[in-house]
Amino acid sequence: MQYALLIYAEPGYGDALPEAEREAVVADYSALADDPRTLTSAQLHPVETATCVRVVGGRTLMTDGPFADTKEVLGGVSLIEAANLDEAIELAAHIPAARLGGVVEVRPVVPR
Amino acid sequence: MLATLVGFLRDFDKAEEATQEAFAIAAQRWPVSGRPANPGAWLTTTARNQAIDRIRRERVLAEKIQLLPVPEATVDESDDTAIFDDTVIKDERLELIFTCCHPALALDGQVALTLRALGGLQTAEIARAFLVSEPTMKRRLTRAKAKIKATGIPFAVPDAHVLPDRVDAVLAVIYLIYNEGYSGRVDLGAEAIRLGRVLAALLPDEPEAHGLLALMMMHHARRRARFDGEDLVLLDDQDRTLWDTDQIAAARAMLDQAIALGGRGAYVVQAAIASLQTADRIDWPQVAEMYRRLVELTGSPVVELNRAAALAQAGDPTAALHIVDHLDLDGYLYFHSTRADLLRRLGRADEARAAYRRALELATSTPERRFLTRRLDEL
Repeated sequence: MQYALLIYAEPGYGDALPEAEREAVVADYSALADDPRTLTSAQLHPVETATCVRVVGGRTLMTDGPFADTKEVLGGVSLIEAANLDEAIELAAHIPAARLGGVVEVRPVVPR
Repeated sequence: MLATLVGFLRDFDKAEEATQEAFAIAAQRWPVSGRPANPGAWLTTTARNQAIDRIRRERVLAEKIQLLPVPEATVDESDDTAIFDDTVIKDERLELIFTCCHPALALDGQVALTLRALGGLQTAEIARAFLVSEPTMKRRLTRAKAKIKATGIPFAVPDAHVLPDRVDAVLAVIYLIYNEGYSGRVDLGAEAIRLGRVLAALLPDEPEAHGLLALMMMHHARRRARFDGEDLVLLDDQDRTLWDTDQIAAARAMLDQAIALGGRGAYVVQAAIASLQTADRIDWPQVAEMYRRLVELTGSPVVELNRAAALAQAGDPTAALHIVDHLDLDGYLYFHSTRADLLRRLGRADEARAAYRRALELATSTPERRFLTRRLDEL
């Protein structure tokens, strides 16, 4: 089954960490990207760069900023292949944001 | 039976349908051709065959209208006869318990699903027990089953490194079911004990499973003494002839087993407390000591409150009040009733009255209100 791991965290959540821990964070994200179960993985630019798009009456409307204005923001997305939810949860639990005050939302992907 | 079918079919709804069909067939056939030698195996096999037929029919239909194929893996036709042998029918209740109590499901869904799938309770019965309408309970069950299916919650015993957490989750669900029963609906209490017994048998080396079972049995044995008509009866005043002494003995044996397995966890300690409280002469200093251990394990202020109450029973209401006055439990009924009782013992009647009144404001059930009113009148 495919799962999307949606990584939410406060912006700059890793900045205040000591050097050694920051390296561990980088290593963990690399490990996730390199894991054979990871189909694709993407880190997003900060929410200040977000643009929301709607089409109303044929006109494309844009607003500056993210869709939801929350303390934790969507900072990355990973698409993985796992045998079941437990395996997906295990991968999610290794994502640094999950242990540093953020949260990883695990969602099954509708098969095409 | 349902566990075997869910394990085999990997689908709750299909398993339930097949089970119902098997019972319907049995109701037609058994009166005519007699009861089979092994009714359980007969029903399981029949249900399985019904399910296979259904999957075949659906597959033919799927081919006709060119839908996605039904996975081949769900049907293994080679051992159709072997399943008649009781020993070959795999007991998959443990897998089923872990699926129903998966922490990815909402807690109310875990509870409902466990009662439905393992307790075999009807949706209407579960709805009544939890004081919700049948459609609400039906939705709750449907949501849980849909999430299991859509998110790929496995039908399996969890890996060793997550097993302790997942066992805790199962124990919490069973204890929650028990406590629903304890507030007056005895049938749920008995059901929780039955589930606890199944779990302890399936996890023979898990001390906390035995501890929980001992705890529930210990409380259940005293249930008839807890109420006098509508009135709540405290431990001190309970008519001990109403206690189920056989069940208390069985609970003690279960507790000994849990301790022999190295059990020192929260359920084992609570069972030990309940056991001490059923002794002819209660060793209150020892009860207080057990509560101290439980505070260490849980960090709960409510447990600390119980420790204080035990200290008071052990003859030290001053130390007890000192503990209570440092607790931040203002919205908690038993905080005020315990405090009131301590103040009463220390002869501080005015303060005791005020505390009873505050407790009365927080009491919701009739027996509790009557009890507090009685105590207030006695002052």
